[in-house]
Amino acid sequence: MLIFNQLETYLFIALVLFGIGLYGVLSRRNLIAVLISVELLLNAASINFMAFNRFLAPHPAVGQVIALFIMAVAAAEAAIALSIIMAVYRKLKSINAEQATELRG
Amino acid sequence: MNVSFFSAQGLATGAFLMIIGITVLGALIAVGARNIFHNVLGLALSLIGVAGLFLYLNSPFVALMEILIYVGAICIAICFAIMLSQPLYLPGPPRSFLKRLGALLGAGAVLAFLALLTLKTQWVAAAERSKDWSITTIGHYLLTNYVLIFEVISLLLLVAMLGSIVNARNGRGS
Repeated sequence: MLIFNQLETYLFIALVLFGIGLYGVLSRRNLIAVLISVELLLNAASINFMAFNRFLAPHPAVGQVIALFIMAVAAAEAAIALSIIMAVYRKLKSINAEQATELRG
Repeated sequence: MNVSFFSAQGLATGAFLMIIGITVLGALIAVGARNIFHNVLGLALSLIGVAGLFLYLNSPFVALMEILIYVGAICIAICFAIMLSQPLYLPGPPRSFLKRLGALLGAGAVLAFLALLTLKTQWVAAAERSKDWSITTIGHYLLTNYVLIFEVISLLLLVAMLGSIVNARNGRGS
């Protein structure tokens, strides 16, 4: 049994990516760094979809279609998030998440 | 397992281990480095590794799309956002140790839970699996079974594009 022909290998790689990304989302305060960590989370999800698609699914094209959908939504999300970050920077002269507290009561 | 390194399988395993290394190292750089530009480069490295994993999962088309969309579009867009926002030479505020510890504990708890879930589950393959991996089939699925999602996502991309243009132009005068 080769290592790259086992479902668990891919699941654990996705797990490690997810853990690293989650740590980044929780600990970083630069808004762009948070966005980068979110991209890592989305990639972990698409690795999972592709692995289940390769080893378990009845129709091996469905997982690929879903991975493509994830990429499209991630592109839209990145565009919106970056424009919001630029607007925040223009308003506050900072992209630190802890200084964006205008809505605090 | 006794596989000679210079057999085809041994080489494939070596390349696979290298791809795993690239993926994890890139992710660590993307989260750990202090310079935001190094973060983006680490993300690009990690995404190239993920594309390699997709190659091993029999999906060269999705691997190419990964490189094209993520590395080619999203990373470049993030680079532009970095250039247009905070100057790189300004030092950031120091990180608080307690908050990092909390983030580490939270992420570690989720990680442990998911690892336990992965280890304890007995994965069962579908009884009848078709062997059709081709791009043609992906196209058929996109335009038959998933056509509604496909259209909604194109609408989403259009709205996101317009929204980001309006959002980024605001405050610049007309």
